[in-house]
Amino acid sequence: MNLHKLTSRLCPKATQKFRHLHIQSSGQQLEAVAVETASAEANPLSVFRTSERDPTYHSEGHSGQYYTLPPTHIQKLFPYGLPPRFQLQIKTFNEGCVMVRPPALELISYLKRADYSKPPLRYVLYGDIGTGKTMSLCHALHYCYSQGWLIVHVPDAHLWVKNCKELLPSSSRPSRFDQPIQASQWLKNFKITNERFLSKLKTTQRYVWTKRESTEKGQPLGELIDQGVNRMKSSSDVVGAVLRELRLQAGGATEGEGAFKLAVAVDGVNALWGKTSLKKEDRTMPEELTLIHNLRKMMKNNWSGGAILTALSQTGSVFKPRSAYLPSELLGEEGFDNMEPFVPVSVSNYNEKEFESCYLYYLDRNWLQHPHSRSEEGKKELIFLSNKNPSILERLCAFL
Amino acid sequence: MAASGCRGVRSILWKYGSYGKNLFVSRSKMVPQVKCFLIFKNLAAAGPQKFTQEFIDKQVEEFEVGKRHLANMMGEDPETFTQEDIDRSIAYLFPSGLFEKRARPVMKHPEEIFPKQTAIQWDAEGRPFHFLFYTGKQSYYSLLHDVYEKILAIERHQDKMRNKGLFTSDTKQILLTGSRWLLKEEIEENLVENISVQDYMRLIQLMELLLSMPYCSLEEEFILKFRKQLEVQSSKYEIPALQYDPQGVAFSFADGRRKSAKASITLRDSGSGNITINGRNYLYYFPVLQNREQLMFPLLFVGMSGRFDIEGSVEGSGHSAQAGALRLAISRALLSFVSEGEVEKMRQAGLLTADPRIRERKKPGQEGARKKFTWKKR
Repeated sequence: MNLHKLTSRLCPKATQKFRHLHIQSSGQQLEAVAVETASAEANPLSVFRTSERDPTYHSEGHSGQYYTLPPTHIQKLFPYGLPPRFQLQIKTFNEGCVMVRPPALELISYLKRADYSKPPLRYVLYGDIGTGKTMSLCHALHYCYSQGWLIVHVPDAHLWVKNCKELLPSSSRPSRFDQPIQASQWLKNFKITNERFLSKLKTTQRYVWTKRESTEKGQPLGELIDQGVNRMKSSSDVVGAVLRELRLQAGGATEGEGAFKLAVAVDGVNALWGKTSLKKEDRTMPEELTLIHNLRKMMKNNWSGGAILTALSQTGSVFKPRSAYLPSELLGEEGFDNMEPFVPVSVSNYNEKEFESCYLYYLDRNWLQHPHSRSEEGKKELIFLSNKNPSILERLCAFL
Repeated sequence: MAASGCRGVRSILWKYGSYGKNLFVSRSKMVPQVKCFLIFKNLAAAGPQKFTQEFIDKQVEEFEVGKRHLANMMGEDPETFTQEDIDRSIAYLFPSGLFEKRARPVMKHPEEIFPKQTAIQWDAEGRPFHFLFYTGKQSYYSLLHDVYEKILAIERHQDKMRNKGLFTSDTKQILLTGSRWLLKEEIEENLVENISVQDYMRLIQLMELLLSMPYCSLEEEFILKFRKQLEVQSSKYEIPALQYDPQGVAFSFADGRRKSAKASITLRDSGSGNITINGRNYLYYFPVLQNREQLMFPLLFVGMSGRFDIEGSVEGSGHSAQAGALRLAISRALLSFVSEGEVEKMRQAGLLTADPRIRERKKPGQEGARKKFTWKKR
């Protein structure tokens, strides 16, 4: 198994810091988590909720419990980042509740203990389909946001390798191709998430876009982004420039007010090294896409002062079989070599306690309307039919 | 000439019934001018072929002799050569690839092969033997008369007991549970003549009347001739044996089939509710909810959903058929873990019945099994 090869090839700094790496060979194992229900802060009415809203203070004791995402945070941080079904659920229930689960807790604990003067560590969330990788990623990202980091969030890298309506040849390099719509969309979202940083950061070099337009050195980053949003043609290059700036400036404690930590979160990271389904006008495959190229550069750990959080995804991937869920299968040879060394975090189906709390949450929200679903028999049926898989359970309860 | 000849032939047929066949041969030799179509016409009018008693006796003799020859051929003892042995030997000596089992070569006692026929019911002068011949259904009416005789006999017995003062209403009753009245077809077979539905109902009414009398146990034997025992259905299923692992965990194997999908599973009593099919988790092998519900049904019905570990392999057909095959296999494997009453309940729920539906064959002259080509009026 590639995971065993991984342990030997992990860089020695990591092994010193992280004594126990939860490497599980199959995503199906149900972990027996110690049952610690009500802590002092917990609501006396509901066992499955916790009133602790700050992910910084989430611990093992909260595992299996739901915490509410503050609405302001949802607007700023996750305008587009949450899975679409979860967004619908937020709208229906009028609140966004996320379950605290061991993989997310693990990630957060690593983030807390990491040393940010060294090159960033890469964390890869992997697991079977529908087990909660994207949600765990969002949970960890919420932690980063509440700590005041700068977030670079790519909600789904697969959207950049397929179904692009416009594919322009790049203005700067002849062999590359641009995706103006996706790039400008992403820049807009980046702006919403990281508003407070935009005025503080300055560009370090001069960027020339066309014969008449250029951004001088020392301009605030916000201007760069506006340039990209307004001028669609060069938006992909702007993205590249922004990423480069962030790489150069992250973790620079000596910059004065520009000190910040950078969190690069990419969902569906296996798209970066997979095949594209895009074609040029003359029906051949493009050699290189600007956005993908820039993202790949971000993935390399030749900068410092941040963390790279990624999650694999099979659902959006092109040309990959449904049964593939391990990093080696989804990333492919090239991807695996590029991503190595990384810290794998496995995400699996609910265990009994988590299933129980999910069930109670749905009951509490009056989501399970069918009278039979409230009985023991109904619960057994739900367990069987969904095999405690979060997404299948959610789809099942949707029509009950 | 031909017309008179034909009339003559017909009259001879009417008189001699089954001898007509032999007469035909002789007649046609004498009068070669009789046209062929006349012969065919009369053949159809004569009705189904009639066999004489002599003919049947001869066939029985030949059968017995042939049986002994066959036994000698197969090297077995002619004295103890049963019908099963005959069937086996014939299947060995005349192997046939025909799908229809009834079309294969068969050697059975003439009683089973030749249909039962009534013997000639009138004497040489044309006078019928039986007094009820002119009713048309002589055996049926004579049966009714017999039953009524018995009813009268029982009434007389009752009166005798009353006169003696020994009349009691709680006498021995005939046990009727587990048996049913013979069907109309079976009675027709016994009487060797056709009866109508009303006739059958009348007969059953008479029998019920007989049964309603207190002293009917006198005629128990007679009544039981008209009842057929029902076999207990659930005893037909063979329960797979319960085997034990080295660790002491009980497990059992079972197979199931549906529409050309074959499944075989191992049911282990370890207690986690994992189901692995062809090496993959059932959630990923059956993404469709309906198929997972099919798998769930036997376990939920018996109430042991979280108790077993199932390991299965299935091949062939489509996903629904595979789910159906697995369901049958799971129900069969569960039989060894479950009590007798539960087995009956499962049978009534339809869990143990193999679904006989298969794909219907496409017929020539049609698009598919049922769909016809576009009908054009002109």
